[in-house]
Amino acid sequence: MEILVCVKRVPDTAENEFQLNSAGNDLDRDDLVYSVNEWDNYAVEEAIQIVDNVGGNVTVVTVGDSESEEVLRREMAMGANSGILLSDDAFEGSDGKGIATILKGEVQKGKYDLILTGAQADAAAGQVGGMLAAMLDLPYASLVNKIEIVNDTKIKVGREIEGGNQELNEIELPCVLSIQTGINEPRYVGIRGIRKVAQVEIPVKNAAALGIDPSSVGEAGAKVNRVDYFVPVLGEGAEMLEGSTDEIIAQLIERIKSKGGLA
Amino acid sequence: MTQIFVYVTHKAGVADDIASEYIAATKKIDSAATVTAVVTGSGSDLDKVAESLTSKYGEVIKISNEALAYPNAEVIRKALCNVLDKSAILLAPHDTLGMDLCPGLSIKMDSAFAADVVDFEGVDGGKLKLIRQELGGAVSTHVTCDISNGAVITIRPGAFAPVDGAAGGKVTDKSAQAGDLSAKRRFLEVLQAEMGDVDITKSDVLVSVGRGIQEQENIAIAEELAEAMGAVVSCSRPIVDAKWLEKSRQVGTSGKTVKPKVYMAMGISGSFQHMGGIKGNPYIVAVNKNPKAPIFQVADLGIVTDILEFMPALTEAIKSL
Repeated sequence: MEILVCVKRVPDTAENEFQLNSAGNDLDRDDLVYSVNEWDNYAVEEAIQIVDNVGGNVTVVTVGDSESEEVLRREMAMGANSGILLSDDAFEGSDGKGIATILKGEVQKGKYDLILTGAQADAAAGQVGGMLAAMLDLPYASLVNKIEIVNDTKIKVGREIEGGNQELNEIELPCVLSIQTGINEPRYVGIRGIRKVAQVEIPVKNAAALGIDPSSVGEAGAKVNRVDYFVPVLGEGAEMLEGSTDEIIAQLIERIKSKGGLA
Repeated sequence: MTQIFVYVTHKAGVADDIASEYIAATKKIDSAATVTAVVTGSGSDLDKVAESLTSKYGEVIKISNEALAYPNAEVIRKALCNVLDKSAILLAPHDTLGMDLCPGLSIKMDSAFAADVVDFEGVDGGKLKLIRQELGGAVSTHVTCDISNGAVITIRPGAFAPVDGAAGGKVTDKSAQAGDLSAKRRFLEVLQAEMGDVDITKSDVLVSVGRGIQEQENIAIAEELAEAMGAVVSCSRPIVDAKWLEKSRQVGTSGKTVKPKVYMAMGISGSFQHMGGIKGNPYIVAVNKNPKAPIFQVADLGIVTDILEFMPALTEAIKSL
């Protein structure tokens, strides 16, 4: 089975405290720690496990600049067979549809049975997989937490739905699936693993190589544009307890008692 | 005047809460908007839902077909594409169905797509101004969305206050226009979540742990605090993904919905999916070493410190009461 996994380099939410830049229109990106999108790791792990069972190849692809190469190498260190970087100045400022359009260019160059994405990434829209599937006229399922290969033409797929329930579907191949966290346990990647793939050549493809009209992607093609970032105010905010640990604990216990949390 | 369609999801003949939340949302897009509800399904349950929505909406479009009995996104997409005009502006919930349906629908309708919108700020020159969040809720963004050739927009459930309508509308049956509803994805069955060893929905006090617990061995620290408080340990999604606790312990839209009196959020950042599982307005205590954690926006009481040091100290203090 030939599997393509779409991955993305994103700011790591566990490693960063996000600040705005001085102009207030973007994040202060100078000191941000980046890593591969968490959901994508599960997608790559799932692809590797499928290929281990039924044979085939796992290719990882990303849209980004030269710095995005590091996430491709990381996923190749996990066990993906090859990586492809889709990069062009014309891709900058793409909305979700733009990214899906770029990926479609690559999908059409290859012959993939299964295309995986993470269920969502840093923008938390969860849009690229569903868009890509619709553009290619392939069936799609989101929030996938189980994949069972039935035969060469169909698979059984579990989706996570409300309340922790699981919806089972039968889907014809080829198809596009967006993968939810928890579907597997992504393997650990050590420094040695990364070193092993450090010299592997990663082809870079631009708009011309992919046969993409530059005006259909990037800022030129985007119907949806981010104007600025701001720090949200969702509620009035919590009353913050300060002081020594003993003082805080004494106050906290009083509050919890008054709210019925302690007998 | 803007014409807006709202896709109302429903279960067992009852419309989801989103039906009342669309009213406030559409008014924020255009206070003079004409709003039409759209429902898909089959049988008497669908008839019941469609009829109930006439109290809120001037027009309710009903698309009934046996193939729509279970909400299969691929089938619904085909039906909506055949019934709605390509320039339609359609709202849907950002839930597991909306996420499945809407990105692809926007491509088939050749429309703009915006996901998980938490607020709207009107239309200016064909561009809808909206607010959404990124990076797990750590930052918000203002976004413009060109709706001049149609748009598909998912809104966050619970983000817009419910409003009771007084429309006295009518049901329009467009089932005949649904067209070919064959699909390459076939629904088989729903497997219900397992109950697990402890029912966290029954506890008045929850000690709930998130990523801040750092290691599996540290779960015991939360268990000791819970025992001292007469509480039960629950958790956020990453703890279940790491297999440190059973799925039945997870609070959130993809886990359990809980209604405790006191909710102790220990090292939980507070994503909307997590908060979506907390109902009944409990007293929320948040302890997190990141002062910018979104949980502090919604908690009642906040403490900035490391839970791994704070929980044992609190446990000792409670034991010595």
